[in-house]
Amino acid sequence: MIYAITIYGEPGVFEALPKGRQDDVMSRHSALQDALKNRGAFVSMKLMPPTSAVMVEPARNDSAAPLIVDGPFAETKENFLGFYAADFKDLDEALEYAKMISSPIARLEVRPVAWAGGALSSD
Amino acid sequence: MSDWLEATFTEQRPRAIAALTRVFRDIDLAEEAFAEACVKALTVWGTDGAPRDPLAWLLTTARNAGLDHLRKSQRRAAILSRHSEEFQPMPAETPDPDELRDDVLRLLFICCHPELDRQDQIAVALRVILGLSVAEIASGFLIKPKTMEQRITRAKRKIAENPVAFETPTPQERGVRLSEVSLMIYLMFNEGWSTSSGPVQMKLTLCEEAIRLARLLVRLFPAMGEQSALLALLLLQHARRHARIDGDGKLVTLDDQDRSLWDRSNIAEAMALLQKAQRINHRGIYIIQATIAAAHASAATSDKTDWALIESHYAALYALQPTPVVRLNQVAAQAKLHGPHFAINALETLTEDLSTYRWFHAMRGGLLQEIGDHRAAIKAFETVLTLTPTAPERAAVTDKIAISQKELSHL
Repeated sequence: MIYAITIYGEPGVFEALPKGRQDDVMSRHSALQDALKNRGAFVSMKLMPPTSAVMVEPARNDSAAPLIVDGPFAETKENFLGFYAADFKDLDEALEYAKMISSPIARLEVRPVAWAGGALSSD
Repeated sequence: MSDWLEATFTEQRPRAIAALTRVFRDIDLAEEAFAEACVKALTVWGTDGAPRDPLAWLLTTARNAGLDHLRKSQRRAAILSRHSEEFQPMPAETPDPDELRDDVLRLLFICCHPELDRQDQIAVALRVILGLSVAEIASGFLIKPKTMEQRITRAKRKIAENPVAFETPTPQERGVRLSEVSLMIYLMFNEGWSTSSGPVQMKLTLCEEAIRLARLLVRLFPAMGEQSALLALLLLQHARRHARIDGDGKLVTLDDQDRSLWDRSNIAEAMALLQKAQRINHRGIYIIQATIAAAHASAATSDKTDWALIESHYAALYALQPTPVVRLNQVAAQAKLHGPHFAINALETLTEDLSTYRWFHAMRGGLLQEIGDHRAAIKAFETVLTLTPTAPERAAVTDKIAISQKELSHL
């Protein structure tokens, strides 16, 4: 089963941490990435800040085009900051890996996902 | 543990101080109340964990702490009489986003108070909104903490004597506030990026804090192209920070910078913001400047820079902002397109306006050196040295003088 480890938190808190703490967080991510790489394929994505997003609202009717909305967006307390996805034996295993990047500035959600196709290269 | 909490307080501070300033109509009281709420949070969150909505928790606690202060203090009568009806118990919920947006903009605008000179505006913003200590701000401006303390105190007194309106602003007022605040952020970054004079070229604290404020504005006004572009512009400049000074502390020009030292994640974010900004609106001083910076950032080498695009954007910027400095930058792009002779002639018209602007003489010296007029080049570079360059600039200019002198000795 593919599980996604999704990361939620308040944008900007990481940036406000002292350099040493930031390095702590990043080294946990590196450790997780190394561990996942050793097992096989995985993806990890860090989302750009929500403020750089543009929304496509559904068209109001058949003859209308979808509406592009630049903001303002609702001020949400927690934002979707990034995710990992990889094939895990079961939920327990996915949780073990998720624990590697647990920190007080982020809330993690481990959630099964179904593969829906695609290919992506980091090059 | 306290590091994580401190980071959360830092992140919440601008919005919390802004909301509390509206409640109390008094910046000092807002700061005191927020500080007290943070102290309380250290114990409570330390044992129970952080609440799901830290801002609401901090606001409720700070508001109660502030009310407590008022009850005990001499100021009570004066402040209560102004708006007693507002001091009702406040439920612990997230404030209305629109109201909070105006609160933050108002607080930023208060810091841009017309009675204050620009440096004091920046100092007050760093102290009140971003929560830097007086010592940090003093070292940012390279002045004594004692002097900085006095300046901030004096500035706050001026603000208190001429309060800014607390009513919800009209759309026009909001627009005026937004552009005034954006300019302050832009100048805060510039002061950090190209120090007016002194031993160092950059004061990175000022640059980083300006970026934080620009982020705050984009978060509040995600649909405003100019504010997204301002953040993009600052990120694109900031991305070059490690390449701008070499190992010997000398200033490195854009042409000679090691582009592998540019911060790619800053550039990627800036490009995303700029593309969004360009979608929203095509003419604005920050969008044009960010587009120019993006043209530099996306050129793999200095030779591959699209100078024609850059020149046309400076022409557009000059139409909006007809200042000699913008014209100087346009001429710099023209020098790349049409050669140094063309540019030296074009500079003639700026001689009077920019006679005390050291970058004018530095650029002119470089162009004269290029065409082999070393005597005139030396003279131009020597003028730079009389105009209080920073130490890294002085080192770079001194090198150039030596090169021209060597050329002359061969003749």
